[in-house]
Amino acid sequence: MPQSYLQLENVSKRFDDFVAVNNVSLSVERGEIFCLLGASGCGKTTLLRLLAGFEAPSSGRLLIDGQDLALIPPYRRPVNMMFQSYALFPHMSVERNVAFGLEQESLSSSEIKRRVGEILDIVKMRPYLKRKPHQLSGGQRQRVALARALVKRPKLLLLDEPLGALDRKLREHTQFELINIQQQLGVTFVVVTHDQEEAMTLATRIGVMDHGEIVQVGTPRQIYEFPQTRFVADFIGSVNLFEGNLVEDEPDFVRVQCPELPATVLIDHGISAPPNAPLWIAVRPEKINLSSVAQQHPDNWAHGVIREIAYLGDWSVFLVRLDSGREVRATVANNSRKPEEQFVRDSSVYLSWDASSPVVGSV
Amino acid sequence: MLQQLRQYFSVERLGRPVATAVPMLWLVLFFLVPFLIVLKISFSEVLMAMPPYAPMFEWSHDMLLAIKLHLANYHFLFTDPLYLDSFFYSIKVATVSTLVCLLLGYPMALAIARASATRRSVLLMLVILPFWTSFLLRIYAWIGLLKDDGLINNALLALHLIHSPLVMANTSFAVYIGIVYSYLPFMVLPLYANLEKHDSTLLEAAADLGAAPWKAFVRITFPLSIPGVVAGAMLVFIPAVGEYVIPTLLGSANQLMIGRVLSDEFFENRDWPVASAVAILILIVLLGPIVIFQRYRSRELGADA
Amino acid sequence: MTGRRAVLLPTILAFGFAFLYVPILTMVVYSFNASRLVTVWDSVHSPTLKWYGQLFQSGQIMDAAWLSLKIAVMNATGAVILGTMAGFALARFGRFRGRGLLGALTTAPLVLPEIITGLSLLLLFVALEQLIGWPAGRGVTTITIAHISFSLSYVAVIVQARLVGFDESLEEAALDLGARPATVFLRITLPLIAPALLSGWLLSFTLSWDDVVISQFVAGPGSSTLPMVIFSKVRLGVSPDVNALATLMVLLVAVGVVASALYLQSRERRLAREMRMALGA
Repeated sequence: MPQSYLQLENVSKRFDDFVAVNNVSLSVERGEIFCLLGASGCGKTTLLRLLAGFEAPSSGRLLIDGQDLALIPPYRRPVNMMFQSYALFPHMSVERNVAFGLEQESLSSSEIKRRVGEILDIVKMRPYLKRKPHQLSGGQRQRVALARALVKRPKLLLLDEPLGALDRKLREHTQFELINIQQQLGVTFVVVTHDQEEAMTLATRIGVMDHGEIVQVGTPRQIYEFPQTRFVADFIGSVNLFEGNLVEDEPDFVRVQCPELPATVLIDHGISAPPNAPLWIAVRPEKINLSSVAQQHPDNWAHGVIREIAYLGDWSVFLVRLDSGREVRATVANNSRKPEEQFVRDSSVYLSWDASSPVVGSV
Repeated sequence: MLQQLRQYFSVERLGRPVATAVPMLWLVLFFLVPFLIVLKISFSEVLMAMPPYAPMFEWSHDMLLAIKLHLANYHFLFTDPLYLDSFFYSIKVATVSTLVCLLLGYPMALAIARASATRRSVLLMLVILPFWTSFLLRIYAWIGLLKDDGLINNALLALHLIHSPLVMANTSFAVYIGIVYSYLPFMVLPLYANLEKHDSTLLEAAADLGAAPWKAFVRITFPLSIPGVVAGAMLVFIPAVGEYVIPTLLGSANQLMIGRVLSDEFFENRDWPVASAVAILILIVLLGPIVIFQRYRSRELGADA
Repeated sequence: MTGRRAVLLPTILAFGFAFLYVPILTMVVYSFNASRLVTVWDSVHSPTLKWYGQLFQSGQIMDAAWLSLKIAVMNATGAVILGTMAGFALARFGRFRGRGLLGALTTAPLVLPEIITGLSLLLLFVALEQLIGWPAGRGVTTITIAHISFSLSYVAVIVQARLVGFDESLEEAALDLGARPATVFLRITLPLIAPALLSGWLLSFTLSWDDVVISQFVAGPGSSTLPMVIFSKVRLGVSPDVNALATLMVLLVAVGVVASALYLQSRERRLAREMRMALGA
């Protein structure tokens, strides 16, 4: 087996009766930004703490660059962490905070000074050298925390909800800055987040976690467009999920009959499932087209009444109640400034989608 | 690798057991064991010897371990009216003092909690300050105030409010004064700690919903402050029951509190078994309040987490 | 708030403070009174410092004060060391075996009447002396041990409360940055809990310096602490040199406590603010 830069082999962590991390295997390549994405309590933070060395795995192996981390205490690991709370030492200045890690290695004070200055230049915090953490803004603290973790030149940088404490505007800006710094220094990042937007922007690859297990690994696009499980489809972005049965199964298309939809669903790729097998299908709201006139096509349509319209500026969200009683969400880009008069509350509407849009999987 | 492992675990492995075991041993040796000794001696017979009590465990001739439980001390406590009287007197004094402390301390704590932030710390310091000055000397000050020819009587005589001095020294009244005076800060502090945490928007919401201030106090502030009331009351009641210095300096020689009885049995009569039995009875009486206080305290510590 | 209450509360507060402070003030004033009758103001010869002079010439009081000071310092130091350990064990070590016992034992001294603590410790010392010949007689050693035994609980409570509010990610961050556990303790944990340790030390000092009941039980002949000397003097009646002593002690404590409280408060507040802000809460 070719060795990846970071390798997790069947890692589990149990606390008393609770399994926080369940048999996780994972490989991350050098220079990647790998995001662990999941709801709170899914085990992503525990996984991060296993990598940092604050917890020991109940079973399994963790390797960096071929080196087994098992017996290495946190203070000897080539791994540094940026804490969710930033954990800046409140009684030390920015300079002392950043120098702290280097002081633990036996470096000359001039070398420490040089490297602290260097990293503070990169995060643009040099002018705040003498400030104490409480004299900094949230964004500045975040950069100091980043500098403090990076100055040790770790093989792996762990980031726990790196943007969680920042407000929305600052967040967007910081995301790109983080990617810049990562590319500049070439350090491998493992990021934990519950915010899918954050994961989508930062990550080269995402690992979606649920109940201590990694349910899917892939690029942001793969995760969004081709969710492999119902959980992932539902968790990432918003989605309309239907249950149905396989009625026609060909090598390059399938047809699914859903009780909640008036027409069959045609999907332009095959699936390996027995005839009449129960399936789920997922259609993203932005892939649904609205029209006031009926469709000619026999597949991939539905009819309903508009219950709610939410105007969000760039998008409008429509909540449509189908004739079956099921509510479906559809989003429409507001390309023109003219209001779309035909779609008002309580008006009748036809929904349709392409055969390439739905994702299908077995229940 | 093994080296690293050893280094990592050495501090952890040594630090924790040492930090746990040293205070634990100290407290077991100097708190638990002494208590067990008191319990043991309370069941012993008094002897004219040093130490003045008979051993409880004895090896009899046929190598049987004889355990003598001498219940006479307890029997004695319940038959001689001196002990029961002073027990009830102590409980009465402690109860009344606790209530007076509450009546005086609650408005004080409330006033401090509602003062502006800058004033609050000064006021709080004024409550704490007496606690740091010698307890004994503060009680002593009251002797000078309460005596027949003391300051209060002199002042009242000079103002012709009274014609002969009021007898205040060496009475129950003086004991109440002394206990309330000494333990008032113990009532104010937990009450303040509780009241200070109250969200002022609750009262605004109550006012908004039409509750008059007194009603808002009865329905909102007071119910929320009950943990503070309980803690403060226990902090006054528990030491007041066993109080020794205050009744000795301010109280009457005819009506003794139980702490004084214990001390007299021990030092004057040299009856260690009876003194021990008195101590055990005090503990039994205080067990309820102590458990209540403990529960409050562990909840407070937990709530901060 | 209504106008009525706005007057009522401050009035009771003022009355409460008067109640707390007037007795102390009368002692201070009468310490300058020339008359031997403590409560009669001799306006001809007062104010005078003669009782202060008498106080400093009293070998008994000076010896007792020196002894009390020594005991108080030893006690405070011992209590801070042991109490910090106990506080750490209770706040940090999770559910270890004996945690319940340690918790109960650290709170027991807080809630037991002094008279019982004193009696039980004396009985222990007597039994120990019989059994192993130590402690030989009673004196400074036994008083100090007794004082540490109850003071350490107060320190443990203070340290525990401090640690409960302490963000452990600070220590993890230090470990993560390569600091060994001992370094983490010295450079991160200790500086951040130092105010709690100082308050604990001051409190323990005062508890010992003030204690009369427990000392009375465990002291031996020739080891009378200052409160014991005062107590026996006061039992015989009011004496003017005690007024002078009280004034000095009140003055000393007032200056010391106010100064350290101000220092601690500003430091504590700053630390709390720094901690809060640095953690982005």
